[in-house]
Formats: sequence, structure tokens, C-alpha cells
Amino acid sequence: MVRRIETIGNEVIFSFEGQPVTARAGDSVAAALTAVGISHLRDSVVSGAARGVYCMMGACFDCLVEVNGVPNRQACMTEVRHGLDVRRQSGGVEVRS
Amino acid sequence: MTRQFDVAVIGAGPAGLAAATEAAQSGLSVALLDEQQAPGGQIYRGIETASAARLKLLGADYAEGRPLVEKFRASGAEYMPGSLVWNVTIDKVVEFSRDGASSRIRADAIIVATGALERPCPLPGWTLPGVTTAGALQILLKASGIVQEDAVLTGSGPLLWLLASQMVDAGVPPRAIVETVPNGRLLQALPHLPKALWQRSYLFKGLSMVRKVRRAGVLIYRNATGVAVEGATFATALNFTAGGKPHRIETRTIALHQGVVPNQQVTRLLRCDHVWDSSQHCFRPVIDAYGATSADGVYVAGDGAGIGGAKAAAIQGQIVAIGLALRAGRGNGERLAHLHSALAKEASVRPFLETLYAPAPQILSPADDTLVCRCEEITAGSIREAVRLGAPGPNQVKSFLRAGMGPCQGRVCGLAVSAIIGEERGETPDDVGYYRIRPPLKPLLLSEIANFATSDAQEHATE
Ligand SMILES: Cc1cc2nc3c(=O)[nH]c(=O)nc-3n(C[C@H](O)[C@H](O)[C@H](O)COP(=O)(O)OP(=O)(O)OC[C@H]3O[C@@H](n4cnc5c(N)ncnc54)[C@H](O)[C@@H]3O)c2cc1C
Repeated sequence: MVRRIETIGNEVIFSFEGQPVTARAGDSVAAALTAVGISHLRDSVVSGAARGVYCMMGACFDCLVEVNGVPNRQACMTEVRHGLDVRRQSGGVEVRS
Repeated sequence: MTRQFDVAVIGAGPAGLAAATEAAQSGLSVALLDEQQAPGGQIYRGIETASAARLKLLGADYAEGRPLVEKFRASGAEYMPGSLVWNVTIDKVVEFSRDGASSRIRADAIIVATGALERPCPLPGWTLPGVTTAGALQILLKASGIVQEDAVLTGSGPLLWLLASQMVDAGVPPRAIVETVPNGRLLQALPHLPKALWQRSYLFKGLSMVRKVRRAGVLIYRNATGVAVEGATFATALNFTAGGKPHRIETRTIALHQGVVPNQQVTRLLRCDHVWDSSQHCFRPVIDAYGATSADGVYVAGDGAGIGGAKAAAIQGQIVAIGLALRAGRGNGERLAHLHSALAKEASVRPFLETLYAPAPQILSPADDTLVCRCEEITAGSIREAVRLGAPGPNQVKSFLRAGMGPCQGRVCGLAVSAIIGEERGETPDDVGYYRIRPPLKPLLLSEIANFATSDAQEHATE
């Protein structure tokens, strides 16, 4: 279980895999999903294994999700907004690095 | 067209904030860029927006970030939040992406204040959802006031105890701390104790954190070995051996920690000289007393120059900025002697902590079937095999196996890969070296560079 020690900030509603998620303004997508107990954010590129938040600070790229149709967004570095459409990312999306 | 500044500071943690403030106050034009949307870096994350309740539970050390940020806001330095620096060239052009579009600025001097990253913790099951760094749990708490129940924290280092005590204060103590510090480490660290007493307030703080955590009823296991996460698609339990017995704790939340290490991305990109720090078990850029690296006009302050903590970071930031101002014929060096001795005082506690909390042997030499590169899913065994087949260093391992070629660019696996190669070849880390870092520092969307003159970018490329 996950607890919020306080409820400040306005409610923001976005969706994950088509299901509504209630977050607080200022949350990152990764924090908001963690707060509702969702930890499986993508399937890995090589083996398809489940992955989720690891570093929460933009370094590890394990929380990559699709946001409004754009793949490879770091959930921990993306702030929640009303109506964001967030999807689990599967497999090897080509990244330019 | 490219905007010009006297100083460009990368990173708005204590080092970058102090450097930018000091430089702007002495009349230099300053730009401070940070990928985060708000100032504070790692330690003071969320400092401007934290509620009174959160400020209280995060403690006095955290609250110290407030005046630092206020002074910066009043300093006249230009703050560029949400700006991911993805390239810095040797002629000091800084290329960054902000709000989905790239731009560049040019500066006479660059201060790299990009801080630290958590040391890689390769152990069985560490890629399962539910397993994070200790820093990740702390970021949830600082930035969003979110705490996970029943968490098990494992590894070593002051941050593990700090996180546990902050969770206790938040009313959601972790279930257990599984410490991997081998027996006998305290004895090894004792010779460094007299020097550490110079900064005894840190030691007292540490002891009182341990006491607080213990009183809160958190289970504490010492000298744990064979730490492994169990789970099929999620973490479901932590297994380990302690006190001669196997243990299994069921939990869906496991946080790993083996200390923090300098974030080398920018200084490696600029081909600054780096050296292995055998006490901190990491590479750090070679710098002089004013933070100057081997690259002309490039300076480093804060944990990116070697781990010294938040106070040392702010002092280093000031020293670098005063040095730059003096060079520009502004200000005076009156405070330098005082700042250098304050820095030495801060450093006095490090050898004790570094010896006591040196990374666990299990982490430095992971078992063959343990994943090391999380992005490309490369095991320790295949790295060893690549070395046996003739790969002499990290860059050859990278081209053999794609290790370090994923989007994190080796931020997570880099030190572990260098260590495994060194062990296999019987070489020192300095001989083995590190991944060659190239721009962009993070993968970019095509749209982020679409409106960016690429011919111009190539002209400034580092190689
Ligand atoms: C997750 C984590 C939590 C920590 N918590 C504590 C704590 O509670 N107490 C404590 O005493 N110490 C803590 N530390 C140790 C910490 O490193 C130092 O105490 C202190 O924050 C170092 O200050 P700094 O200014 O050197 O770097 P940091 O505070 O790390 O600041 C570096 C900044 O650089 C930015 N940055 C990095 N790369 C780029 C780029 N390419 N483009 C743009 N911006 C960039 C980052 O966003 C960050 O804001 C923590 C470290 C980590 C990694």
C-alpha cells in the first residue's frame, strides 16, 4: 500500500492504459502511478520483461511510457496534466541516442 | 543569434545555486540550466513547494535549502528550468532542450554542477517492478509526499538511514533495513575516526537516526550477504543470509542503495581527465583548487567532482565562482581562505564514512547470471565472456554486446561494467577506463531538434 502524507494540490485526472487515474497537481506521471499502486510501466526491449520506476530522477530510463502517442517519455520527468493519455510501452521502440 | 553569458552553470543543486548566486553578485552574467522544473537538486528537491508539514518531517538539513534558493532568486542570475543539457562543446556552447525544442547559448566559462547518481546495485531480481533505488523513495516523499508501506531497504550508506528516519517521521516506517556492511568494517574505519571527530555533528546525527529507526520497531539485519529479489513479474520478497541464517521477507517494495557517485556524463563528454578514487570507489574529474578541469574554461563543483555532501557542494560552488570573478577582475579573494578551510572541515568525515560504507562485495562482483546493463539486458557473465574473447575495455564491450548503448548511456551500469572488466583482466580502474560519452546526453525526439540548425550543431560537435 502507498500513502500520501498530505493532500495538497488540486486533483488532476489522466489515464493509464485507458483507465482514469487521480493524481495531484505537481506529481510526475511516475509518482502518480506509484501512488495508486501501478508499478509495471513497460516491457523491456530484449526479453519483454516487466519494468517500472527505478531511479525516479531521470537517469535510468526504466520508466519509459507512451504519452499522448509519443513513445519513450520518462514518466518520472513528465508532470501530470488533465487528460494525459499514458500507455505502457512494449518492446524495442527505436531511440535516437 | 546565440545568446552569450559570462558563465553557464549546469545543475541547480546546492553547488550550482551557490555558484550562480556568487557569480551574479559579483557582476558576471550567469545562466543556470537544470532539467528539473524547480531548483534544489537532489537534496533540496521540492524545497520551494514543500508544505510546512513536509519541511518539518524532512528535517533541518533539508530546510537549509530555502535560503540558498531565495538568495539565488534574488541574485539576478537567469534561471532556465526544465532545460535538459544534451550537448556541451569544447568551445563552450551549451545545447539544451526546453519545452520540446532545442536551443543553445554560449559562455566564457562552464560550471558543471550536475551532482551525483546512485551507484549501480546489480543483484538478482533488481530489474523487477517494485525494486527502486533508495533515492527514488526519497524523491517520492520530498516531491509528492508519497510514502510506500512495508518497504524493505537494503544496502549501505548514510542515505539509507536518512531515508528510513524520514519515513519514520512521516509515520510510515520501513518494515526492515537489510544492511550489507560486512563485519569488521567498523574496525577498518576506526583509524579515520579521530579526523571525523572534527565534524562530529554528522556522526551524532547518524547515531540518532539509527536510534530513531530502531525505536520505531524497524527490523534491522546486519552483515547481510546473498541479497536477492524474488518475483516473477513483480518483486514479491527479499531473500538474504544474515547471522548465519537464510531470511525471506515478503514485500512488494524494495529499495536498493550502495552510496552515490559523481555523475560523469558532462565531464566525460568534454573529455576532461578523470581519475579513479579508490576511497570512494568511483571515477571523478581531475580538478585544481578552483574547480578547473583539464578542459579550458570548464569547471566542476559539488558531488560531480567527488562526493562531499550538500554543504561541501555549496562551498565549492562559491569557490569556483569567486575564482572566475577574480579572473574577470571583479570582487576580491578575501573569503577564499575561509571557504577552503570550511571545505576541508566538511571533508574530514568522509574517509570514515567511505571506509565504513564501501560498496558490498556482492555488488562489485555480481554473479554471472545477474543483469548488469538494464537497458540492453546484459549479464555479468556475458561481459566476462566478452573480455575473455579479447574486449580490452568498456567501449569494446559496448560494441560487442551493446552494454551501455541503451537510452541511459551507461549512467546506471557504467561503473559496474568497468569494475567487472578490471577484475577479469586484473587491471586497475584507471587502466580500464570508462565508456566514451557522446552527444546527445539523452535520447531526443526528432521534433526536439527539428527547428535546430543541424549544420551549426555539427560545426560545434566535440568530435
Ligand atoms: C537521489 C539522491 C538523493 C539524495 N538525497 C540526499 C539527502 O537527502 N541529503 C543529503 O545530504 N544528500 C543527499 N544526496 C546526496 C547529494 O548528491 C548531495 O548532498 C547534493 O545534492 C549534491 O549537490 P550538487 O549540487 O552537487 O548536485 P545535485 O543536488 O545532485 O544537483 C544536480 C542537478 O543537476 C541537474 N542535471 C544533471 N544533469 C543535467 C543535464 N544534463 N541537464 C540539465 N540539468 C542536469 C539535475 O537535475 C540536478 O538538479 C542525494 C543524492 C541522490 C542521487
